[in-house]
Amino acid sequence: MMASFWRSIRPFMEGVVAAAAGFAIGAILLSLWGFSPAKAYIALYKGAFGDRYALTSTLADATPLILTGLTFAIGVRSGLFNIGSQGQIFIGATAAVGASLLPFPPGVRLIASLLLGMTAGALWSLPAALLKATRGVHEVISTIMLNWIAWYLSLYLVATALVDPNRAEKTIGIAPGSRLVPFIPGTDLTPAIFISTIFAAIIYWVLWHTALGYEIRAVGLNPSAARYGGIRPAVVLSLSFVLGGISSGLAGATQIIGRPPTYALYGDLSNVANLGFDGIAVALVGRNHPFGAIVAAILMGALSSGARSMQIYASVPLEMVRVVQGAIILALAIPELLRLFEPIRKGFSRLMRKEGASP
Amino acid sequence: MNAAVQLFYLALSAMVPITLASLGEVFTERSGIVNIGLEGIMLISAFTSLWTAEIAISISPLKAWAPWLGLAGGLVTGGILGLVHGLISIRFKGDQVISGIGINLFGLGFVAFGIMAVWKASGYHQVPQDGKVPAIPTPWGSLSPLVPVTILIAMLLWYVLNKTVLGLRVKAVGENPEAADVAGISVDSTRYIATIGGASLAGLAGAYLSIDWLSTITKELPAGRGFIALANVVFSGLNPLLALLGGFLFGLFDTLALWIDSHPTLKPLLPFGVHNFVKMTPYVATLLVVAIAIGHVRFPKSIGQPYRRQ
Repeated sequence: MMASFWRSIRPFMEGVVAAAAGFAIGAILLSLWGFSPAKAYIALYKGAFGDRYALTSTLADATPLILTGLTFAIGVRSGLFNIGSQGQIFIGATAAVGASLLPFPPGVRLIASLLLGMTAGALWSLPAALLKATRGVHEVISTIMLNWIAWYLSLYLVATALVDPNRAEKTIGIAPGSRLVPFIPGTDLTPAIFISTIFAAIIYWVLWHTALGYEIRAVGLNPSAARYGGIRPAVVLSLSFVLGGISSGLAGATQIIGRPPTYALYGDLSNVANLGFDGIAVALVGRNHPFGAIVAAILMGALSSGARSMQIYASVPLEMVRVVQGAIILALAIPELLRLFEPIRKGFSRLMRKEGASP
Repeated sequence: MNAAVQLFYLALSAMVPITLASLGEVFTERSGIVNIGLEGIMLISAFTSLWTAEIAISISPLKAWAPWLGLAGGLVTGGILGLVHGLISIRFKGDQVISGIGINLFGLGFVAFGIMAVWKASGYHQVPQDGKVPAIPTPWGSLSPLVPVTILIAMLLWYVLNKTVLGLRVKAVGENPEAADVAGISVDSTRYIATIGGASLAGLAGAYLSIDWLSTITKELPAGRGFIALANVVFSGLNPLLALLGGFLFGLFDTLALWIDSHPTLKPLLPFGVHNFVKMTPYVATLLVVAIAIGHVRFPKSIGQPYRRQ
């Protein structure tokens, strides 16, 4: 019984051990550079969960990360390392700003922003899909190149067609009627989080309850067996790229129409920067499952929300949390992570047996 | 003539980081290990090499040696990160791609944090004059000593892979680890040598970026060159001499963007914002070259797969 219990909580335990390893490496670096890890982590915790404002900003930070995490998770399910989320979120956010130029009434314009963001993300995923399907180009190379091209294309559009004529450091804003507004005035959390979570549920349904999802997972497990079973891997892989592109494009759109206080894109794209890369960590910690991604996104949202208060109250540069993230991923790359703790587990169950045996 | 020579020299400078990282990766991949963490290794090594050089400057007997100690610092940093990747890939039989992604993300955080922690500066720090690798004067302008070093390393690696016992062993464990194991070659130690050696070259590439070519450290100093190097490895078909040629071509694209963007007469001709399209050139070119080149590439049979003795 002990063994089956252990097996069922194993994925969760791996996440916990990896997170612990990440924070431990972070603590070592902090002390080496003369910061107090305790002070830093207390400020981090307070900024993530300490009060109502902290909690809402954690969830607000988690909102786009759920979606960028899904991009990587869908990719892994089909056997791809799709790291193109960062480019797709740049393009999605730019397209969502572009939608505000369209002559629609406010409600329709909000929907148009979301749809344009998703379409733009999907389109931006196509070159990588086509290069993979027709030429066998590895997606890690193609998606990174597309990320850089997206970066410069967005910088161009943000500085020219979309620039705010009065404030050159940002784009035109979304009109008040076309925004998603916070639940509690003065905080950052908006109904955009429903968009992310519902989208995650849809992806779960697609992956486990549709023929396409079955094919995606079949190709991911064994492409040649899938081909033998009548599945065309090139088509399925392309659709997996497109689904991922839609997800990250939507993330870009929600950052524009559903994240106070800007409701615009900064000239240096800083309000969507890094979200795509953080999504990789979200997917890996969430074991590439849509619901796991929601939980992991809240964890990573807590890290980024807490990082801001860590910078203010403990004077620790907020990039510190990315060190923790990188270390968590390195730990998760080790499949036998828990086996490293096997001796401890054995000792523990022996102890349990002894306790049970004694009267 | 003058402009052509100038462009050629700039391309030689841009060739160095891409080629060094590619050569390292060729060596690593020949042994069956993939390391996509080149970008992160270059970034972290760029930071530690500058840090090492500055520490050396502050200790007076070492001051004259600061740039060389900096380069060594980058080389050693690369080696240590190669060891981390080797432990995860070889000892723990982990996922090599995820490990590489982890190194890249770790680097983004570590260097941004480190620049703040060491220099109390946000985002970037300039290399002091005493920390810069001195250039060699030539009849047509000065050139980094790492340009000839890179060409030498390419030839040396070709020689090692094709004419030495070590090269044979590396290729054997990459193609057929079982057979190599039976023949008495230690699969694990050969792969460690290739992974640590390869990552050291990426570390040297990073050191060149900061204390030589670009004379600065920023949060994203390699700017995708680690991934361009991966594309160049594909282009080269794991041949060091073709990696040198490819490195020069990719360097030329890289240079073209930098050259146009800083050209006194060309730049003002570009309409506002259009320099962003110029800066896309290396990335677009990389996509095209990989798409065209990939058809005829054959990778080692066991690439990316951990070796388990039966």
